[in-house]
Amino acid sequence: MNIVVCAKQVVDVGEIKVNPSSGKPMLEGIPKKISDIDKNACEEAIKVREKVGGKVTVLTVGTPDAKERMKELLAMGADNGVLVTVPDKADHLVTSTLISKAIQKMGGADLIICAEASIDQFSGQIGPRVAGLLNIPQLTYCYKVTAEPQKLTAERNLGDRLVTSESSYPVLVTVTKEVNQPRLPSLMQILGSAKKPIEVWGTSDIGAADLKPGIETIDIKGVAMSRKNIVFKDDLDESVSKLADSLSKEGLLG
Amino acid sequence: MTNRSLSLLTAYQRKDYWGDKMVVVYSENQKLACEMLSKARELSAELNEKVTAVLIGNGKDQLSSELIIHGADKVVMTGASLSDLKAEEVSDLLCALAKEEGAGLMMIGSSKDGKELAARVSSKLGVGCSTDSKKLYMRDGSICSERVVFSGNGVAVERFTSRPAVVTVPPKAYDPLPADVGRQGETVRKELPYGTYGSRTVKVDPMLSEGANVEDAEKIVSCGRGFKNSADIKLIEELAGALKGYTLGCSRPIAADLKWLSEDHWIGLSGHKVKPKLYVACGISGQVQHVAGMRDSGLIVAINKDANAPIFKVADYGIVGDLYQVLPKLINAIKART
Ligand SMILES: Cc1cc2nc3c(=O)[nH]c(=O)nc-3n(C[C@H](O)[C@H](O)[C@H](O)COP(=O)(O)OP(=O)(O)OC[C@H]3O[C@@H](n4cnc5c(N)ncnc54)[C@H](O)[C@@H]3O)c2cc1C
Ligand SMILES: Nc1ncnc2c1ncn2[C@@H]1O[C@H](COP(=O)(O)O)[C@@H](O)[C@H]1O
Repeated sequence: MNIVVCAKQVVDVGEIKVNPSSGKPMLEGIPKKISDIDKNACEEAIKVREKVGGKVTVLTVGTPDAKERMKELLAMGADNGVLVTVPDKADHLVTSTLISKAIQKMGGADLIICAEASIDQFSGQIGPRVAGLLNIPQLTYCYKVTAEPQKLTAERNLGDRLVTSESSYPVLVTVTKEVNQPRLPSLMQILGSAKKPIEVWGTSDIGAADLKPGIETIDIKGVAMSRKNIVFKDDLDESVSKLADSLSKEGLLG
Repeated sequence: MTNRSLSLLTAYQRKDYWGDKMVVVYSENQKLACEMLSKARELSAELNEKVTAVLIGNGKDQLSSELIIHGADKVVMTGASLSDLKAEEVSDLLCALAKEEGAGLMMIGSSKDGKELAARVSSKLGVGCSTDSKKLYMRDGSICSERVVFSGNGVAVERFTSRPAVVTVPPKAYDPLPADVGRQGETVRKELPYGTYGSRTVKVDPMLSEGANVEDAEKIVSCGRGFKNSADIKLIEELAGALKGYTLGCSRPIAADLKWLSEDHWIGLSGHKVKPKLYVACGISGQVQHVAGMRDSGLIVAINKDANAPIFKVADYGIVGDLYQVLPKLINAIKART
């Protein structure tokens, strides 16, 4: 079975600081990582391969430095990687088109796994978009995936109800954070990942040189929050009594 | 800006170029559909387009007049042969409708179903999509949408350069218009094409709910993984009781992984967004995704044994200490003051 994991390099949103004068988030110099739930997607792909056999390819649309991050997924157990160079202006329309064209160039996939959402965009668009472009079924928000040779069954959290769905292949699945616990690669696996191939494809290599986004981001506004930040850390009884007094003064105990 | 994109932009700004005739509104949640209709009416006046609401599946006939009295000019009923409203087929129907009738803007309710549907529709139409749009407006002839990004650390202002503009709209973003019982509208039944796909729904189970309404709560006491087992949650129940007028909240792992509380308690980026007067976070580390759901609270109090926990950076008052020692003392102290 040919399995493709879509994984994205993102800025570590937990490390973003606010520019004190403009109030806007500062994105330069923030460490980058693989978006959290994409590791769950990779873990699930490896589990499926362990059960039904096949190959796991990590597919990333990103900047050249994403190669280093992709190696973490190869160390977990993915077989190879494809990095598609992201154009200057990319929205979800552009990214999903590149992903689907890259999958077509690979000769197609039986199973494509994305995360329910990324930590920088949190839109959950890429999975359903890729499924739409390839005109295949989509099983979203899966917290349990059971792959068999002929069909895949998934338990899905749709917020107001739990849905069990099944599909023939090819199918695109998006997984939640709860679907599994991503494995931590051993030192041997980390060293071994250096030998696994990562191909780099340009947009013209996949016949997608002239893509235009459908949305332009024209500004990123800050979300200012000012808090008192009064932290009591000394004697416990004293801390508790100070906190209770403060709450009382704020009129919150009535 | 290059000449090319400039001429494209002016072309987009020229109404005749789009050939758009309507704003489409769709949600399986009737209340949310009415909220979107209110915004759709406002924008349709600016866009000079009609507002079309869509009903999909069978047995929905009586809902049509409700949509008209809340602002729809037209209601299209389609997909009567569909018993299972899966994203694959429903997106085919919406794409066919958008193409046939010329949609300039599609507003889809931002439930999980709505989000996956909107994304698939946008891919099939080859257009942009703004998920969880908080604000929607026209600026210099373009449709713009604002949405939270970077797990709550920023708000992106997005401008559509493609049509139809597709957005998903969360509940309570807009007030519905008052029902205008005299309002006239057209209801049409229309069979639109859809494909067949290799997926099917096997089983649907209700989501367990304890009926917590965190969104409207005045005071919320929340628990995180700092609690060692589910029985200990009685500690925050007691604290909440002492505070009066409380609701219990929790972090994602408490609801989604451990299932100590039902998901209606789950607060954060992927859970409920809350703005109580008082939010008390006990044993919650304060990762950005949790903070995204409670940053608009009036006063934030944190109890955590780790002085470096990020929750203290977003708190007004905090106690560094073991919650198993702090909570019983705090409960007594509050009781003594009320
Ligand atoms: C895309 C995405 C979306 C997400 N959405 C959400 C969301 O909507 N809501 C959400 O909550 N999370 C969400 N998360 C998960 C989030 O990143 C964190 O993993 C989660 O909030 C951590 O929950 P926690 O604080 O309960 O647990 P932990 O991070 O494990 O923190 C437990 C805290 O308890 C403290 N503690 C331990 N013992 C004690 C004690 N005896 N006394 C006092 N303190 C103690 C520890 O110091 C620690 O700070 C999301 C993640 C992703 C990737
Ligand atoms: N640039 C990208 N390259 C590869 N996969 C991606 C990319 N962007 C998004 N994805 C996948 O789509 C998921 C949802 O992303 P998003 O639509 O940004 O919320 C991610 O978690 C990834 O699995």
